[in-house]
Amino acid sequence: MDINAKIVSDMVANDISFVTTVPCKQLAGVIDAVEASPDIYHIPANKEDEGMGLCAGAFMGGKRPAIIMQNTAIGVTINTLVTLTQFYRMPLPMLISYRGELGEPVACQVEMAVHTKALLAQLNIPTYHFHREEDVEELDKILKYTFMCNKPVAILTDATFWKGY
Amino acid sequence: MIRSDVLRELAPTLADHLVICNIGLPSQELHLIDDRATNFYMLGTMGLASSIGLGLALAQDKKVISIDGDGSVLTNFGTLPTIANNVADNFILLIIDNGSYGSTGDQPTYAGKKTSLAAVASACGCETVVECSAEDTVQAVKDAIASDKMTIIVSKCESGNIKVPVITMDPVSIRDRFMGAVKA
Ligand SMILES: [Mg+2]
Repeated sequence: MDINAKIVSDMVANDISFVTTVPCKQLAGVIDAVEASPDIYHIPANKEDEGMGLCAGAFMGGKRPAIIMQNTAIGVTINTLVTLTQFYRMPLPMLISYRGELGEPVACQVEMAVHTKALLAQLNIPTYHFHREEDVEELDKILKYTFMCNKPVAILTDATFWKGY
Repeated sequence: MIRSDVLRELAPTLADHLVICNIGLPSQELHLIDDRATNFYMLGTMGLASSIGLGLALAQDKKVISIDGDGSVLTNFGTLPTIANNVADNFILLIIDNGSYGSTGDQPTYAGKKTSLAAVASACGCETVVECSAEDTVQAVKDAIASDKMTIIVSKCESGNIKVPVITMDPVSIRDRFMGAVKA
């Protein structure tokens, strides 16, 4: 199974049926796979905080949500993560492309990469980092953990994991 | 009529439906006027009442009414194309447009100047957009509920606030009570 199919199949196996996305080049394949899945309602968002609002509503409506976004979005969503997702204690798996890591061709992406883990740590968000392809084997457990503890959980996926750009 | 007058008149019509209420004074006023398990009060996160409401409407079949403000819609303009392109006929977005940021001291918004939120919503692709006076808001909401069509209502009212206490309910209690009402 290719990596995108594996990610979507783990999502579906964990009853995730509502996924919002803001694209990143690295995430194009997984976003296509989400769009193609008959078990998932895919709702592209214009900004990641908007997407987190959609996910909060879907969760309260009885669906398990997820968001797919780039690490630059951590800067956009801090207020929403703190005053909505965490304050009301809602689960939210965040599949995040970790731009600005080894192999990155765009210098500006490094500027956010150096803050990504520090910001997530400051927010007390459980954070996993997929670097090798086999790291994806933990996704199923991470999703179960997220819906067990009702917290936002970050899964950072870097260029080595995606095998380049 | 100011926003609290609109909410007071509207409360009996909202009572049977799921309501996502905007941060600040709108939530505090609705909480004071008619606190119900079917009300979800936003205690933070300006701008997301419409997004939360749309997500909720897409996830289940009951009617959802998001009560938003002009300032909040301006802060999350991206919501309107998302609403237009993800039609949920059980969703009503009621924008109470008093042309000001009411909760922060009635500073003017651009919606009170040249910008028409109804025109923006239409331009974004929302198919049923109704602009009405504060006085006609109850009827507009009743019509939208009866139509079973996703509707954006822009209710033009006067700027002004009443004194209301803050909401001291725990957010997890608000959310848990609301989810119970969603399932009921
Ligand atoms: Mg206003």
